[in-house]
Amino acid sequence: MTLDGTPQEFTLTAVASELAVRDTLLAIRNRLAVHGVSEDTCGSVELAMAEALNNVVEHAYCDDGPRDIRLSVEIKPDRLCFQIIDGGAPLPDLSLPAGALPDNSGPRDALPEGGFGWFLIRDLTERVSYERRNGMNHLTLEFLRTAR
Amino acid sequence: MDLQSTYHNDMNIITVAEARIDAAAAIRFKDRMRDVTSQGPAHVVLDLSNVTFVDSSGLGAIVAAMKQLGPEQRLDLAGLTPDVAKVFRLTRMDTVFVIHDNIIALKARATG
Repeated sequence: MTLDGTPQEFTLTAVASELAVRDTLLAIRNRLAVHGVSEDTCGSVELAMAEALNNVVEHAYCDDGPRDIRLSVEIKPDRLCFQIIDGGAPLPDLSLPAGALPDNSGPRDALPEGGFGWFLIRDLTERVSYERRNGMNHLTLEFLRTAR
Repeated sequence: MDLQSTYHNDMNIITVAEARIDAAAAIRFKDRMRDVTSQGPAHVVLDLSNVTFVDSSGLGAIVAAMKQLGPEQRLDLAGLTPDVAKVFRLTRMDTVFVIHDNIIALKARATG
């Protein structure tokens, strides 16, 4: 993982793997804490970013060997902006999944073990957008500094 | 994945000795849970007080650990830290599990 830029505006480049995602999340959280972002907001950012980055590792790059994820971070006075760029497969229909909450009303054997990722991303962000540009995925997540 | 199982009277209390149940750890967690719940009391309590982060893969692995129990067994949770409580609350999975606030009080009750 490499980190470039200023404390307020920086880029991170990491290999697309689950362990590299873990390191990336810890690096982001350290940066946010230095800027006085609350623990609660840090937790929300870490969870949403974990879902977005693991989607890249597990879905966009699922058929290939390890490749890179590039992350641009802007820490603004009122909001936190993250852009994730990868060269993996596009999102289906080139659009953001609806992210409905999986049904947990059935018996134990029928309880959902997945499908929470996009629900959490949509629930935890102030704004999320997606663009496919020049064969790359650009996913932007924005949080208010006072996010829950 | 470091899981420690101790029996307190009628409960198999499983303490997670690692800080994260995430995508990198989910499969090992589920496999290790199968080992430590294959014997012992039917009432299983997962002590998450050392765990600071669970993502949706970790959440899925905890649900899978419950589903792989025998029909006579049950899985409760205890000691949720703030970020872990948040993922259960947001996904409404806090309605699926019995969640105990305090593992120490639970152990005291079990041994007392």
